[in-house]
Amino acid sequence: MNVIYSVFSLLPFSWADYKFMVNALVAVVLIAPLMGILGTMAVNNKMAFFSDALGHSAFTGIALGVLLGIKNELISLVAFGVFVALVITRVKNKGNTSSDTVISVFSSASVALGLLVLSYGGSFSKYSAYLVGDILSITGKEILCLLITLVAVVVIWVLIYNKLLVISVNPELAASRGIKTSVYENVFVVVVAIVVMISIKWVGILLINSLLILPAAAARNVARNSRQYLAVSVMFSLASSVGGLLISFYADTSAGATIVTVSAIIFFVTYLLRKK
Amino acid sequence: MASENGCGLCKISVNKIGVRKGGDVLLSDVSFELHCGELTAVIGVNGAGKTTLVKSILGEIKHEGSVGFESHDGEKISKVTIGYVPQHLDFDRSAPVSVEDFLLVGRTNTPICFRRNKKLSKELDEALETVGCLDLKKRRLGELSGGELQRVMLVNALYPLPELLILDEPVSGVDAGGSEQFYKAILNLKQNYHMAIAMVSHDLGIVREFADNVVLINKTVLKSGSAEEVFDSEEFNKVFFHVPGKEVGI
Repeated sequence: MNVIYSVFSLLPFSWADYKFMVNALVAVVLIAPLMGILGTMAVNNKMAFFSDALGHSAFTGIALGVLLGIKNELISLVAFGVFVALVITRVKNKGNTSSDTVISVFSSASVALGLLVLSYGGSFSKYSAYLVGDILSITGKEILCLLITLVAVVVIWVLIYNKLLVISVNPELAASRGIKTSVYENVFVVVVAIVVMISIKWVGILLINSLLILPAAAARNVARNSRQYLAVSVMFSLASSVGGLLISFYADTSAGATIVTVSAIIFFVTYLLRKK
Repeated sequence: MASENGCGLCKISVNKIGVRKGGDVLLSDVSFELHCGELTAVIGVNGAGKTTLVKSILGEIKHEGSVGFESHDGEKISKVTIGYVPQHLDFDRSAPVSVEDFLLVGRTNTPICFRRNKKLSKELDEALETVGCLDLKKRRLGELSGGELQRVMLVNALYPLPELLILDEPVSGVDAGGSEQFYKAILNLKQNYHMAIAMVSHDLGIVREFADNVVLINKTVLKSGSAEEVFDSEEFNKVFFHVPGKEVGI
């Protein structure tokens, strides 16, 4: 990281002199492509509400960590996120209940349960930072963890991309071609769960879903094929993350909220520009 | 796509297929043969069990009886490649998936958003040319008309080159022009690739024009033979033109 700090300190911008800003910038440059990539399939598979519920379940993940006395909150967060993702997918595929109802039940139940445990004894304020996140607090070690996650996700993505695309067009057609749809679906939701839970501390429970869904949703307004869709989604994600972070520095606003606002503006502009 | 005979088969025997659901008999004792280089049409009224029969041949539903495959020299073949064009493909029409994307995902494991393999791309062009829809390659799947989409589904069903091609009312709801282009493509396949084609159809005019053999079913096989034989039969008249209490001629 010291090399990166010294390179940035050469830049003629005031933000480049602050280590926390450089850390945050490197972090968003790693988180943005992750979200841009995964968002394309999440939107294709109509999982916007699912990933929202996943973010909300973070409360219970943290609460579980507290109850079990796990020091590193990330472990209980990721474990519970993966659990919730798999259970929602299974209930959705097995039952006759419509999937938005199932997801809504899981979402509200896990928020309530988490709040219940965390507010016990009036100690919730300690965890309220998770609601909006704080990208400026990220450390060099955590950035390394993000880098490893990015590499792992790209490798898994390369392996499952084509299969996921057929499934997103029509699951029965995919099954008739011998693709084990549930296996690929589960791998995908687990990867989304891990990425969401790892990023939530910095992005926040309230904003994480926007970061995953908005760039891909905006890319869908302009893309005509899969290659454009992925490329434009990653580009929008990077542009809004880096742009939002720098604007927040000068405007003295919350970094996460500014990033999502820039993302939303991109979405509305592309929505108006899209071909009918 | 190879230009030679893609078929190592001689005939496909559908033997005593029966399907029950709850207490209802959907199909019983359905037997007929399909031959390579021939188009066999399966006709019948609504609820006669045509789609159930297709699903049984595809192995998608539990059924009694069997489907046997035999080569030119009379040897049994345990597994053949079956291409299937469904009646209707339900998908998200706003998805940014091009025809090229859709057809390439089944042909390679390399993510199709990466650089494309030139050989694969050329093969795909040839396949699209076979059914006369090369011009659709760059279009978005959701933009296609019903007839165009069915021709793309046909290209999809032709990879890997099947020995048996099953079409389940492939152009129902497609306009006359789209339907004609689709059947032209089918005729081309039959003549040049020597595959066995089974087609479920409601359109008796098309069946008369294109089918080599016709199987009339209503839970079981009522009549089979050439189009003329079946269309002139008493069974055909009964099924399609019999109004209770009133006899109507063709």
